[in-house]
Amino acid sequence: MVEKRVIVVGAGPAGIRAAETLVAAGIRPVLIDEGRRDGGQIYRRQPDGFTRSYETLYGTEAARARAVHDTFEAIRDRIDYRAETLAWNVSDGRLWTARDGEAEAIPYSALIVCSGATDRLLPVPGWNRAGVFSLGGSQIALKAQACSIGSKVVFMGSGPLLYLVAAQYVKAGANVAAVLDTSPFMKRVRAAPFMAVLPDLLFAGVGLMRTLKTAGVRIATGITPVSIEGSDDTGVSGIRYTDGSGREQHMDCDAVAMGWHLRPETQLADIARCDFAFDAPTRQWLPVTDDDGRATSDGIYLAGDGARVLGARCAEVTGRLAAMAALSDMGIAGDPAARQSLLAEKARYRRFAQGLAIAFPWPHELAANVPDDTVVCRCEAVTAGTLRETVDIGGATETNRAKSFSRVGMGRCQGRYCGNASAEIVAAMRREPVEAAGRLRTQAPVKPLSIATVRNEA
Amino acid sequence: MTARFQRLAETDRAEVRFTVDGTPLSALAGDSLLTAMLTNGLSVRASEFGDGNRAGFCLMAACQDCWVWTEAGTRLRACSTLAEDGLAISTQQPGAAWLKNA
Amino acid sequence: MSAPVQSDVAIIGGGIMGASAAFFLRRHGLSVTLLETDKVGRQASGTNFGNVRRQGRPIFQLPLANRASRIWRTARELLGSDVEYLQSGHMRVCFSDRPENVGAMEDYATKAREEGLDLEILTGNTLRARFPWLGPEVLAGSHSAMDGHANPRLAAPAFARAAIAAGAQVFEDTRITGAAKIGDDFELEADDGRLFRAPVLLVTAGAWAGKIATQFGEDFAITPRAPTMSVTEPVPYAIEPSLGVMTALEVETVYFRQVERGNIVIGGSTRAPSYPDEYRSYVLPESTMTQFEHIRRLAPVLANLSIIRVWTGIEGYMDDSLPVMGPSSNVPGLYHAFGFSGAGFQLGPGVGETMAELIATGATDIPLAPYSPDRFGK
Repeated sequence: MVEKRVIVVGAGPAGIRAAETLVAAGIRPVLIDEGRRDGGQIYRRQPDGFTRSYETLYGTEAARARAVHDTFEAIRDRIDYRAETLAWNVSDGRLWTARDGEAEAIPYSALIVCSGATDRLLPVPGWNRAGVFSLGGSQIALKAQACSIGSKVVFMGSGPLLYLVAAQYVKAGANVAAVLDTSPFMKRVRAAPFMAVLPDLLFAGVGLMRTLKTAGVRIATGITPVSIEGSDDTGVSGIRYTDGSGREQHMDCDAVAMGWHLRPETQLADIARCDFAFDAPTRQWLPVTDDDGRATSDGIYLAGDGARVLGARCAEVTGRLAAMAALSDMGIAGDPAARQSLLAEKARYRRFAQGLAIAFPWPHELAANVPDDTVVCRCEAVTAGTLRETVDIGGATETNRAKSFSRVGMGRCQGRYCGNASAEIVAAMRREPVEAAGRLRTQAPVKPLSIATVRNEA
Repeated sequence: MTARFQRLAETDRAEVRFTVDGTPLSALAGDSLLTAMLTNGLSVRASEFGDGNRAGFCLMAACQDCWVWTEAGTRLRACSTLAEDGLAISTQQPGAAWLKNA
Repeated sequence: MSAPVQSDVAIIGGGIMGASAAFFLRRHGLSVTLLETDKVGRQASGTNFGNVRRQGRPIFQLPLANRASRIWRTARELLGSDVEYLQSGHMRVCFSDRPENVGAMEDYATKAREEGLDLEILTGNTLRARFPWLGPEVLAGSHSAMDGHANPRLAAPAFARAAIAAGAQVFEDTRITGAAKIGDDFELEADDGRLFRAPVLLVTAGAWAGKIATQFGEDFAITPRAPTMSVTEPVPYAIEPSLGVMTALEVETVYFRQVERGNIVIGGSTRAPSYPDEYRSYVLPESTMTQFEHIRRLAPVLANLSIIRVWTGIEGYMDDSLPVMGPSSNVPGLYHAFGFSGAGFQLGPGVGETMAELIATGATDIPLAPYSPDRFGK
């Protein structure tokens, strides 16, 4: 009998639960992760020599973070764990990795991709200035480095992470100048019935608001970003926005953390030629999977926020489900009752996520109306005006053609941070729904790959 | 203000010494190169396309905004590189000089 | 059902050949319809390396290449948009394990000079002094100062836009499934039933040209192949010439160029599998690895950089790797220009101008005999 090799990509909550499930079934999975340590971004561990407690680092999620870390430690000797390893390509049933300048092609029977998510960004005039960070990035600064991104920080965007990170900054003693939410407060009332399926998460959100209010942080909802001010040399010096009643406001600050929910990291699924479908509530293209996480390409399974953003707690659920699906497809039967219970849990998180999308919507009309002189693609410093010209002069009908003509999405990040807005701009120019603008096709490598890389044929 | 990042805790760590554009600087063991540079300055590089200085963005190796040059002509992604003794970083575009560092 | 679209000339295939032919046919005053299955310039014309290189071509191609070269130099004025043509020189080099190539380079330079292409052979200290970043294995180089490179993503669409501005009709997303000559007209039917008619048909459909030709009883063996391409992050502009290795070994056939914005485009080594029926082709990771290996031999300093993207596209190769160009000897009014075998980008505008001239006036100064469609027999 040929030994079945299972590869898990990503050592966050989904990947660790997937690996745990595989180990329990007698499989020794390969666990590939870019990080120096396990935990992923959400349960990222602080470096050696740091001493803050789990409670300080992870707040209400401390017990979960500890449990995920403990699980990793418990299975570590029974998995082939490869840290600081980039999974950069998939081809012909093999995952291509790179580490320390060596590339390796690892054949798999099942590839479980738990690649996580990154912030979804809205271009704002001046967002390319030094001192503007993604919301997730601002959280990493605190969690992994015990730093604030500035001495006077404004948080702008929408979504639960906005309030979470701002509150974490306050608790850590940072100077938070304001929380600016593009979503009007009333949206949350409409969303409440959805979010009531997970009352403790809803209450956790209320707790964050209390922390911020007690600290005297200005919270403004229904705002419209105008510009992030500053200089080319020294970066951010202030922010302008229009408040909920339409008055323009200005505030001094030296750092801005921005994010509008998350977007899944779907590059490996795309390279593995999985089908994608447009998801109307989030206005994103997502890889198609069944309830268990099977993608449309043979042997590919997707879990965690890399498949669909449902949060860290649900990532543990979908990680287990994907591993069980892979096992079942290899002829290793699982426990049907356990599967049913996980599916029911996942359904609750999906309903909660629907509520979040209603409460904190992606302000797509702001993306569509970004001023012409605003940089859309930070990597290549290409403006919205240049992007629009690809449609009205170049005749581009969708986002890949617009990329080809303008370089928007062609830079180092390969469209991670401009792809969503670019599609909105192209669609708006053409007066079409955003799905008609398509999605940027992934081109390998998943991240920059050094030309010094040599192939290890071992 | 000369530093972008503000340390809030965990300051009781060993010192790491490195240079940026020839200036000797110090950071703490466990700092990423990005943290080391931004606790000593406001940015880590200039945009290639003339729109000003950059200081990184995502801190999780996704945006690729914080690639810096070493004086030896190699490239480092500051957010995913540990600050280490002896690192010599250049924040300026090296011009044609990068070609001479085979 | 709408009426058929009638024009003097119909062109199947919206790559750089077809788009530039449409543009130049308009200059001759003929009405033109350009039909493209996908988008203009999406396959070979948009995904190739971007060399605007004359040296290394068969000597018989130089008159055509020279003609193309003149058009590239004036492209910005001609088209009213920038296709990023950079006349920064082109270098062919050979490695020291194949010293016989130095003699071949010198022979080629002698013959090329007679066709108006000046090449300078560089060896030893002269070579190192001018291009200190070349690897130690590089033995000699042949430098063509008047060649360079351009942006393939922009060129064919720019020709198509200029053709439209000059009155051509361009139909993208139009797959021609039926082609027949009925009376004096070619009648072309798209898969959605739309009809196009013209007394002259030019086939510039690259890897897909065989499917059209076969409907007129002409069989061409065209092999689809896909180049392995990649590009680095932007770094300060410092490498002027576009550079390629002269070798008989496919795996070490690598080339690179730096665009003014700073990215270094790398191509070559093993080719990628392609699926013309699905309009898809895929870069093999193992080919990216061999490309790295040989590009490091060519310019070791590139090992300091990272690639950020790979791509490929579908090119049509003839059995002798030489293009087919000229009138059909079987079907009056039918013209071919395809099979450029991975070396058509530079020629493109010259092919368009030559085919337009041939169609409009019945003659051209470019000697077309070596391109004859008849050379493969029937």
